[in-house]
Amino acid sequence: MLSITHLGKIFSGGVAALENVNLHMARGEFVSLLGPSGCGKSTLLRIIAGLTAPSSGQMEWAPLPAKGGIGVVFQEPTLMPWASARKNVEAPLRIAGVGAHARHARAMEMLALVGLENFADAYPRTLSGGMKMRVAIARALVTQPPVLLLDEPFAALDEITRQQLNDDLLDICSKAKLTVLFVTHSAAEAVYLSSRVLMMRARPGTILRETRINAPVPRADGFRHSPQFAAYCGEVSAALREAIA
Amino acid sequence: MKAAHILTPFLVVLVMLGLWETLVHLWQVPAFVLPPPSAIGHALVDDLSSLLFSAWMTLRISLTAFVLAVAGGVALAVLFSQSRLLEMALFPLAVILQVTPIVAIAPLIVIWVGIDNPNRALLLMAWIAAFFPVLSNMTLGLRAADHGLLDLYRLYGATRWQVLTQIRLPSALPYLLPAMKISGGLALIGTVVAEFVAGSGASMGLAWRIMESGNRLQIAKMFAALLLLSLLGIAIFFCLSALENRLLRRWHESRAVREI
Repeated sequence: MLSITHLGKIFSGGVAALENVNLHMARGEFVSLLGPSGCGKSTLLRIIAGLTAPSSGQMEWAPLPAKGGIGVVFQEPTLMPWASARKNVEAPLRIAGVGAHARHARAMEMLALVGLENFADAYPRTLSGGMKMRVAIARALVTQPPVLLLDEPFAALDEITRQQLNDDLLDICSKAKLTVLFVTHSAAEAVYLSSRVLMMRARPGTILRETRINAPVPRADGFRHSPQFAAYCGEVSAALREAIA
Repeated sequence: MKAAHILTPFLVVLVMLGLWETLVHLWQVPAFVLPPPSAIGHALVDDLSSLLFSAWMTLRISLTAFVLAVAGGVALAVLFSQSRLLEMALFPLAVILQVTPIVAIAPLIVIWVGIDNPNRALLLMAWIAAFFPVLSNMTLGLRAADHGLLDLYRLYGATRWQVLTQIRLPSALPYLLPAMKISGGLALIGTVVAEFVAGSGASMGLAWRIMESGNRLQIAKMFAALLLLSLLGIAIFFCLSALENRLLRRWHESRAVREI
């Protein structure tokens, strides 16, 4: 699906944000990018989204996603405060010139998917942090993209909401067979969600090692409390400490 | 709560008027220095038709200037948002226009555009007075759009027009509306200043009535004209506040009702 080789990014100030990044993603994979803050995770995600140009290296898509073929969820919900939840979800379709009726129906479908069908007319001001993030996810999915990129989407949420959203996200992504890149700084979250966890190191940002998570999706009920989960978390946390050192 | 909101200031004004009436009589203040409110009321009723005509003249020019100032300010700010070069080239000129006291350039404007049509000079001066807050705030508002939303629109390949109409203009609304409240008042002030400068006979607005009454020592009539003038100002402010409230009420943080 995506193949990145020897990718580097030097910012105009001369700071090397990324160096020799190699990353390959197969269709339907859920990959987490884990690392200390400032290691270039977000920069890499922005490059993959096409929002920032790399300074060197190659990035190849197969097949190349169409316009709207990459859904992105940022750290902040990034909603239009003047528009209802439904209008926010509709925005990508409106840009693409989809008619009002089809737009409306698609948006309602997506809101139902994230469990917000009763909040279609609510303005972001009145929604909780978790609900706003759900709207942002619904918006990212509304164009039915094959690829979904998420940049620490749940960092600002409380633990319970976060776990709930993790389950819902995993469910949606596996059902739709999405190829997902998930940026996080939480080892447990990365282990829970992914089939692979990539560890990044800072200055310059590069991928240090990868851990495969061999557990069935959807996750079994007690997975979060299983010895297997704890072992993976231990392994990934150790790698994270190594990356920070 | 609602009744107290209206009643309290009303009562304060009533008490002040009563005090004014009593003290003027008690201290025997000459009517050409400070007429009592009752005399002002009489003057208002006696000259109502001519005063209302003057108020209409002033209001018409103020409103026209205000509408043109909003249209011009918004249009120029939108141009600035599309071209940084244009902004660098033209914004300083707008600042110069703003910081130069309108009274100082008024005689020039009267000579240039007002000789055959004094109302045109009034309009231009009121426009200059009202224009800058709109331009300045609108420019800021268009630039204050959420960068995340701009990224998102770029991601989906939105056109410049879509970004402008769907992101930048709504983002600028909370900046534009307060500027319009200021501009509405400034348009009225600009009109009145222009009427004063344009002098006698050129126009028949409220400022002219005030000058005329002053020259004839009809101080009560002068106060009546002044009263109408402030009523106009209040009406303009009230309408624009209502507009602001209507457009921001449902979504803007400033209108959020917080329960503590």
